[in-house]
Amino acid sequence: MNVLKHNLLALAIAGTFAAGVAHAQISDNIIKIGVLSDMSSLYTDLAGAGSVAAAKLAVEDSGIEKRGFKIEYVSADHQNKPDVGSAIARQWFDTDKVDVIVDVPNSGVALAVNQITKDKGKVFLVSGAASSDLTGKACTPNTVHWTYDTWMLANGTGTAITKSGGDTWFFITADYAFGAALERDTTAAVQKAGGKVLGAVKAPLNTQDFSSFLLQAQASKAKIVGLANAGGDTTNSIKQAAEFGIVKGGQNLAGLLVFLTDVHSLGLQTAQGLIVTNTFYWDTNDQTRAFAKRFAAVDKGIHPTMVHAGVYASVLHYLKAVEALKSDDGTKVVAKMKEMPTDDPLFGKGTIRADGRKIHPAYLVEVKKPSESKAPWDYYKVRSTIPADQAFRPLAEGGCSLVK
Amino acid sequence: MQALFGQLLIGLINGAFYATLSLGLAVIFGLLNIINFTHGAQYMMGAFVAWFLLTKAGIGYWWALLIAPIVVGALGILIERLMLARLYKLDHLYGLLLTFGLALIIQGLFRNEFGSSGLPYQIPSQLAGGMNLGFMFLPIYRAWVIVASLIVCLSTWYVIERTKLGSYLRAATENPALVQAFGINVPRMITLTFGFGVALAAFAGVMAAPIYQVNPLMGADIIIVVFAVVVIGGMGSIMGSILTGFGLGVVEGLTKYFYPEASNTVIFVVMVIVLMFRPAGLFSKEH
Repeated sequence: MNVLKHNLLALAIAGTFAAGVAHAQISDNIIKIGVLSDMSSLYTDLAGAGSVAAAKLAVEDSGIEKRGFKIEYVSADHQNKPDVGSAIARQWFDTDKVDVIVDVPNSGVALAVNQITKDKGKVFLVSGAASSDLTGKACTPNTVHWTYDTWMLANGTGTAITKSGGDTWFFITADYAFGAALERDTTAAVQKAGGKVLGAVKAPLNTQDFSSFLLQAQASKAKIVGLANAGGDTTNSIKQAAEFGIVKGGQNLAGLLVFLTDVHSLGLQTAQGLIVTNTFYWDTNDQTRAFAKRFAAVDKGIHPTMVHAGVYASVLHYLKAVEALKSDDGTKVVAKMKEMPTDDPLFGKGTIRADGRKIHPAYLVEVKKPSESKAPWDYYKVRSTIPADQAFRPLAEGGCSLVK
Repeated sequence: MQALFGQLLIGLINGAFYATLSLGLAVIFGLLNIINFTHGAQYMMGAFVAWFLLTKAGIGYWWALLIAPIVVGALGILIERLMLARLYKLDHLYGLLLTFGLALIIQGLFRNEFGSSGLPYQIPSQLAGGMNLGFMFLPIYRAWVIVASLIVCLSTWYVIERTKLGSYLRAATENPALVQAFGINVPRMITLTFGFGVALAAFAGVMAAPIYQVNPLMGADIIIVVFAVVVIGGMGSIMGSILTGFGLGVVEGLTKYFYPEASNTVIFVVMVIVLMFRPAGLFSKEH
C-alpha cells in the first residue's frame, strides 16, 4: 500500500501559541486530514497528488496553525477498489486517529467510505466522487458532497444538449456505481427535456479500446452519444470516436464528465467544441487565477480541476467549523458546517444543505478551438451559468432520510 | 448480422496488438526461457519514444516505427546484459521477479513524470480518415494496423521456423554447448534475440500511440491479457501466439457485443478452460 506520510508541523510556532490556548475538545490535540485518492491509475491527474497539495494550500490559507492548532496529513492510494479504500479508511479512523477523509474519486469507493465514516462518527468531505446517491438515499450526517454530482452533470449537459436538438441518446457507460448513477440521472434529464434514450452499453472501468462500443453507438442511429464515464475512459472514447467518424457521420458526442486534465490530455484539436458542465474553472477571476498559479507550482504544472478546487474549499470550510466549535467531533462539525454559510475564493459564497449537498452555481462551458486558445490550459469559454438554486437536485427529490 | 461483421473486424484489429505483443513474449520465452514481465512497460516506452520524436524533434510516425523499436530494443539489450544474464543459471522465477520489478519501476517513473491522463498523438495524415465498408466505417489507420502486424508476425515466424538463422536459434535453445562448439556465438545470439523481442513490443507501442493516448499505464493492463494469450497459445510457440492473439481479439470483440460487462474477463475464462484440458496450451509441441 502506497501510504505517504507527511507531517507538516509548524511545531515551533504552534508550540509557542498553543501554550496558553486550551483545545480540550480536539482529540489528541491534532486535526488529522486523510486524503484518500487514486494515486496511480486513471483518475490520478484530476485528483491524486493534486488533492493533497490542495488540502495543504487550504490549511496554509486558513492560518489555523498560527492560532495554535496542529494539523497532520496522511494520504493513500485506494486503487479504485472499494475493499482497499474501506480497509484504509478503517485503519485511519481506528488506529491512525484521522479526523476527516477528503476527496475519494470513484463513487464505488466513496460509497463504502461514506458508510464507514458514519459508523465511526467522523467527517467525509467528498470532492472527486460523483454519485448523487451520496446526498440521496445514502446520505449521512457525516458527509458533505462539495464539488459536483451526477444529477448536476446530467441536468447541465443533458438538458442543454437535448433542448438544442439532440433529442435521441445512446450511452456508453462505465460499469460501476458512478456510471450507473450518471446514466440514470442523465436519462431522467433527457426525458424531462422531451428527448428519448435509444440504448446503452456498459463498458468495464479502464477500458483501452472503445471501438466495439462506438460501433454499437453508431448502429443505434442516436443523435447524441453520451459518455457516462470519466478520466482515461473519457479521453480514449473521445479520441476513438473521432477516428471512427462518429461526428462526421452526423452524430454528436456528449462528454458528461470531462475534466480540465482530460482536455489537456486530448489536445484542443480533438477536444474542441465539446460541451461540458463544470463548477470551477481556474481562469474565472483574479482569485482563481492566483490559486491556479500556486497550485501549478506544486503539482507539476497541472492546473487545478474542479476536484482539486473542491478539496481546497471543503477543507477550508471544515477548518472554519472546527475552529468555531473548538471541537473535532465529526457529527457536530458537519452540523456546524451546514449551519455556517460558506465563503471561499474559488466557489464564492454558498451553503451546505441538510442532505450534505454543497450548493453553488454550475457553468456550461465549451472547449475552445486551437485558434482561440492563447496559452497552455486556456481551454474553456463559458456558454451559460446555471444559478446555484437550479444547479443541483431539489432537496425533496433525493430521498435523503435527513431531510424532514 | 451487419453489426456482427463490424465486431469481428474490430476484434481482429485488437487481436493484431495481442498477436504482436505475445509474439515478442513467445520469442523471448521460447528461445531464452525468460518470462519477460517488462514487456508491457517496453510497449509503453515504444509509444513514448514516438511521442518524444514527434514533439521534441519533429520526427513523424513513419520514422518512429523504425527508430522506437531500435531505441527500446537497445535498452532491452542493456537490461539483458547487465541483469538478466546473471540469472540464466537460476530458476525462471528469478527472471520473472526481476522483470516484474523493473516493469513497476519504469511505469512508476513515467507516471511520476508524465501523469496518468496520457499525451496526445495524432494519426499520421496519410492514414487519416476511413472508408465505408457497408457494414461499418473502417478507419484507414486500423486497417493499416492489421496489415502491418500481419507482415511483422509472419516474417518473424518465417525467420525463426524456416531460415538457417532461425535453425541456429532453435538449436541454441536445445543445446547451447553443442551449438557453441560449432563456432556460433550463442550468448550474443541470445542477447540479440532478447533485443528483437523487446523491439516487437516497442513496435506495437508505436502502432498503438495514435489510437490510445500515449499513457504511462497503457502497458500495465494489456500485459496481463497478453500473458494469458501466450499461456493459451502455448508458451514459446511462435505460430501459436500469433493465431491465439488474433483469435482471442475476436472472442473479446464478440463479448463486447453480446455481453460487454464480461469483456475484460472473457480471455481469462478461456485461459482457465484451456489450462484444464490442455495445460501446455493449444499449439504447444510438448505433451
